[in-house]
Amino acid sequence: MTAIDAVFRRLRASGEKGLVVYLTAGDPTPSASLGYLRAAADAGADILEVGIPFSDPTADGPTIEAASRRALSSGMNVAGALELVRKFRKTHATPIVLFGYCNPFLRYGWSSLCVDAGNAGVDGFLVVDLPFEERGDALPSIRKAGLDWIPLAAPTSGMERIHAFDRAGSGFLYLISVTGVTGVRDSLPPEMATWTRKVAKATRLPVAVGFGISSPAMARAATRDADAAVVGSACVKIVEKNGRGPRGPAELSRFVRSLKKALR
Amino acid sequence: MPDPAGHFGPFGGRYVAETLMSALIELETAYRAAWRDRSFHRELGDLLRNYAGRPTPLYFAERLTEKAGGARIYLKREDLAHTGSHKINNTLGQGLLAQRMGKRRIIAETGAGQHGVATATVCARMGISCEIYMGEEDVRRQSHNVFRMRLLGARVNPVSSGSRTLKDAMNAALRDWVTNVRTTYYLIGSTAGPHPYPMMVRDFQSVIGREAMPQFRRAEGKLPTAVVACVGGGSNAMGIFTPFLRHRRVRLYGVEAGGLGLSSGKHGATLGRGKVGVLHGSKSFLLQDGDGQILEAHSISAGLDYPGVGPEHSWLKATGRAKYVSVTDAQALSGFTLLSRYEGIQPALESSHAVAFAYRLAGRMRRSETVLVNLSGRGDKDMGILMELQEGGRDSD
Repeated sequence: MTAIDAVFRRLRASGEKGLVVYLTAGDPTPSASLGYLRAAADAGADILEVGIPFSDPTADGPTIEAASRRALSSGMNVAGALELVRKFRKTHATPIVLFGYCNPFLRYGWSSLCVDAGNAGVDGFLVVDLPFEERGDALPSIRKAGLDWIPLAAPTSGMERIHAFDRAGSGFLYLISVTGVTGVRDSLPPEMATWTRKVAKATRLPVAVGFGISSPAMARAATRDADAAVVGSACVKIVEKNGRGPRGPAELSRFVRSLKKALR
Repeated sequence: MPDPAGHFGPFGGRYVAETLMSALIELETAYRAAWRDRSFHRELGDLLRNYAGRPTPLYFAERLTEKAGGARIYLKREDLAHTGSHKINNTLGQGLLAQRMGKRRIIAETGAGQHGVATATVCARMGISCEIYMGEEDVRRQSHNVFRMRLLGARVNPVSSGSRTLKDAMNAALRDWVTNVRTTYYLIGSTAGPHPYPMMVRDFQSVIGREAMPQFRRAEGKLPTAVVACVGGGSNAMGIFTPFLRHRRVRLYGVEAGGLGLSSGKHGATLGRGKVGVLHGSKSFLLQDGDGQILEAHSISAGLDYPGVGPEHSWLKATGRAKYVSVTDAQALSGFTLLSRYEGIQPALESSHAVAFAYRLAGRMRRSETVLVNLSGRGDKDMGILMELQEGGRDSD
């Protein structure tokens, strides 16, 4: 059983829903970013997604694109993100998923990456532009290191694909709530509820719903038939607003607490 | 080639967000069905002939040949095709496909604006709404084409992120597509992007080589010694290379943008200087740094100003079937001048790269040998840049 499995087992036992928080590594600087990650974990985030900045983030909206740019100008790269995780691990056990695009991972080299990531305390990988069909690039190395490969499912994926993800993936299934890029939204599409129910029934994996969730009420609604909500851009906006300022982590922690409260 | 999953050896594939996967599969199915359908080819053939002006001529460049003093140089005149470049071959094909698929909205990225104009043209012809993404820098240097697209009824969205060129236009188009995937057809203009685009665009463009080969045989009684084409994403080069691939004795040369020189770091020589990576949906050579971040390309020609390249070119490079060379901005400009003065033909700055290399190559070859150049586009769109350069030059005199 991996650390991520343990989280969902605990959540199911206590009847609460999970909260996954996304933050970009190195935004706005490596050390400030560590402070935000710790604050999110302390405030009750069940899993952290640590974003690897990429120059051409085509699945992201303006908020995370800007975070990516800030992180790149602070010198962040894959090795730097692993260092960040290593530091975080000294004080916290919250599972960490590296979230990113193929190319920086590919350049580092999947086999050494997975070994180094495992040693640093990473629990899984979520690669936005590595669909099921191309999983051969990464999956053998991820498995060999005992880490989770978290598949993404979209509103446009048919049930056949969902079954395939169920067989190949581990940790959880990331269910993209809308056709579009990441970013804060006011509401989720109405057909989302039925779709989530259908997917949750079809997979043994816990289901985390993400893209657009920006408030406690939305997180609660999104998890009616799912196991967790992913909140990204809304958290990144707090980092964007506060930067290295001393009040940033406290504001993030208040927000994370309000989200978590809605999920209990 | 490619295999059923779109791989050319280790290159190609489909590296996109899951949201786009079913659209790509739907597109591939529709494309394969259309390609097998005689009525599709009849309709496309009719448009290529009567609308786009095909077949384009094969022209013996007699004075350029004399000046080079070696191999006989022939030009495949894609510059004479409707809208001024080879891009119309692909947009007509994909436009018909979009129509068959019942899509009412087409989006496209463009660098030099040639693909944007060809897309806007086909959309006007077919009554489909059209939005073009174009980097702000390219909007500036190719304003002539922006005006044309608007006159054709297309909406042109300038893209202000990153290097504000073709790469960023493609990012923006991908973001639009992932949002409007159910209603929108994404008409990619090069042999780049996720499967099936590299295969499909190659197939539509290979009409160039399919015409050129018999034309060349009629003129010379044999196949050319060498075939030369410029390579940005690589569509005009794949278009002329494809039928020659199995004729192993025909040497194939792809000419990349050397920019200010390969050692300056400011160039678009993806195959010459790049490393294998993933960008815009496929695995191919890429200009990138040690962290896997994409580098900005540079070229005087907006159409070659791209840090990626189509996956089949990576495969042709890896197997050695084609050779890839580069020509600097300055050399491309002399290629332009040479063809203007000696033949009365003003090529696009992209095609000027091919001309410059072919001229040099021909000079080193025997008189009994021959070079076939794909003259992929005409230079009208570049008059603004050329005027700027001349005025700049005069200032510094």
